[in-house]
Amino acid sequence: MNNGDQPAIPRIWVLIEQQEQQVHPVSWELLGAARRLAADLPGSIVEAVLPGYQVESLAAQVFRYGAERVYLIDESVLAPYRNLPYAVAVSQLVITYQPEIFLIGATTRGRDLAGAIATRVGTGLTADCTELAIDPAGKILAATRPTFGGNLMATILCRRHRPQMATVRPRVLPMPAPLDTGPGDLVRVPFAMCEDDVPVKRLRLIRAEERPNIEYADVIVAGGRGVGGPEGFVLLEELALALGGMVGASRPVVDAGWIDPGHQIGQTGKTVRPKLYIAAGISGAVQHRVGMSGAGVILAINSDPHAPIFQIADLGIVGDLFDVIPEMIRQVKGYSDARQAQL
Amino acid sequence: MHAIVAIKQVPDTSNVRIDPETGTLIREGVPAIINPYDIHAVEAAVQLKEQFGGRVTVITMGPPKAAEALIECIEQGADRAILLTDRKFGGADTLATSYVLAHAIEALNAEWPADIILFGKQAIDGDTAQVGPGVAVRLQIPLITYAIAIESFDPVARTAVVHRRIEQGVEVLQTRLPVLLTVEKEIAPVRRAPLPRMITAARYQPEVWTAETPVAFDPRQIGLKGSPTVVGKAYTPAPRAGGAIVTVADCGVEAAVARALEVMGILDTVRSSVAASAGVEVA
Ligand SMILES: Cc1cc2nc3c(=O)[nH]c(=O)nc-3n(C[C@H](O)[C@H](O)[C@H](O)COP(=O)(O)OP(=O)(O)OC[C@H]3O[C@@H](n4cnc5c(N)ncnc54)[C@H](O)[C@@H]3O)c2cc1C
Ligand SMILES: Nc1ncnc2c1ncn2[C@@H]1O[C@H](COP(=O)(O)O)[C@@H](O)[C@H]1O
Repeated sequence: MNNGDQPAIPRIWVLIEQQEQQVHPVSWELLGAARRLAADLPGSIVEAVLPGYQVESLAAQVFRYGAERVYLIDESVLAPYRNLPYAVAVSQLVITYQPEIFLIGATTRGRDLAGAIATRVGTGLTADCTELAIDPAGKILAATRPTFGGNLMATILCRRHRPQMATVRPRVLPMPAPLDTGPGDLVRVPFAMCEDDVPVKRLRLIRAEERPNIEYADVIVAGGRGVGGPEGFVLLEELALALGGMVGASRPVVDAGWIDPGHQIGQTGKTVRPKLYIAAGISGAVQHRVGMSGAGVILAINSDPHAPIFQIADLGIVGDLFDVIPEMIRQVKGYSDARQAQL
Repeated sequence: MHAIVAIKQVPDTSNVRIDPETGTLIREGVPAIINPYDIHAVEAAVQLKEQFGGRVTVITMGPPKAAEALIECIEQGADRAILLTDRKFGGADTLATSYVLAHAIEALNAEWPADIILFGKQAIDGDTAQVGPGVAVRLQIPLITYAIAIESFDPVARTAVVHRRIEQGVEVLQTRLPVLLTVEKEIAPVRRAPLPRMITAARYQPEVWTAETPVAFDPRQIGLKGSPTVVGKAYTPAPRAGGAIVTVADCGVEAAVARALEVMGILDTVRSSVAASAGVEVA
């Protein structure tokens, strides 16, 4: 389909990721980014693609986060997620409506899907962007991402191919506030693929015990090799509990099995943006920093005054974490007990 | 059974350093390694060969130096190695890379159709995780990303059961063969190469394929020309500015912690539900 004689409207698309009727918050973060891009791209509109099964009820939320139109692809072949039906359904939609920009969350599913869509439609895709902007000269997407393990930032452009595709990890972009607007335009898109044409079947899902969703924690107390062993994390856990936060970790301690992989922060772990980040016994390698430098305030505790973490910490305590953390627990608890007594 | 593994030689990014004077990347002297996930992909293929017989072919697109990485794979148990190297392949983004790899795999399939094609989950120099999915689309075969285990594999019935790690846990998926997997390290622990393999590898010369021969690649789809994305600019990230430092050795742990709680507003988080905070002494 094309728009006849009318000049094409630049469409900025966001893929809405849902699992079991729950929208992944990265979709809202992307809609926020799409709205900012739209402000710099004259005449453009923000639209969302919502594939899944029995997901129509989610459209209302999608409008509230700023999509003017939602393309709903609701078919039983899309439950559970498999690459082929999702990639075919979304690629068909891309070819029909020719969006200018297409943003997808860099989750396991988003990454699985984005590469397949980009190849199907033959366009460029920039993975794991940390910044999205409209290049003022060319009015094209300037997608900035870390490369070489976070040592270098590169701004990637896709000049002639459309859509300009990009993925962004959860929590890299700020969470926007929902708007007061009413529902927009809901477009139901038919999709004909039968189950027999899908080469992959999901036999079962072995659910992990409820993973800590540390990406969305307000307070994180993170430990590195300086914590010395799994016992050290018990101490961090206690401080985290006193502060109403969660425990994070650097990669070597996850590799050593001191703590679950779900706690790892950094380039190959999670990106977090808590209000408060306490780094204890973490040197502050660039691969760790890329996952946490979006924190509101950073407190570093390290016995080495030259540890690179101090270069980015708002406050650094040079000292042994086994002295500092217990004292911190004592003072915080003392404070909350005193507060309790007031009530 | 024929398994094809795509591997990449990458700079060891843990050793990349920034020149403090110029703010640019120091590339000299950075050791090149096999992308860590790809070694596990090779291992998984070798284990399938041990079980079912057949052949493991490894391929890479890269500079002539990437032959080193292929030889390591021979040492690990691969039988055949192909180096796709040509100036014309240079400057490829993921779309062009997936074209070259897919086209090469098609040529290999013509000799002996692959039952399984293995990729690393991502390459640590770019971390894009796009090349594997791109190749699966081009070959029109099923794709399973983030694979952590092959539960069963049946080259006769042409099916396999694969475990895949996702946010909610582990998905157990049944697929038709051939399938393309992108793998996590858990797929197979890497074993040490036995001595005879090391001798074989020392004598091995990877086959070199150029853009024209023995397979002709479409010049519009390779290298810079075949790449929709370009790097506009590259720069070293501006560091977040550091703040004050307190030293326990100078002021004692109690004062240092009190100062931190105060400066960082940590007690505000504890206080959140209560409006006033009268008369609480922390120090
Ligand atoms: C491709 C790639 C991806 C990576 N991805 C990640 C990632 O996602 N996340 C990540 O974190 N890392 C990642 N890394 C690893 C990263 O390069 C660093 O090696 C790692 O972050 C270092 O962890 P650490 O700070 O815990 O350990 P170390 O660097 O060993 O630092 C330990 C620190 O503890 C301090 N210390 C020791 N004892 C005490 C004590 N008693 N009290 C106070 N301080 C003490 C020491 O002074 C030191 O600064 C990656 C590396 C590569 C190559
Ligand atoms: N130039 C290349 N040659 C061979 N395989 C590659 C190449 N680039 C990427 N790959 C494969 O694709 C995987 C994912 O790479 P990437 O998409 O760049 O993160 C790697 O783990 C390799 O298995």
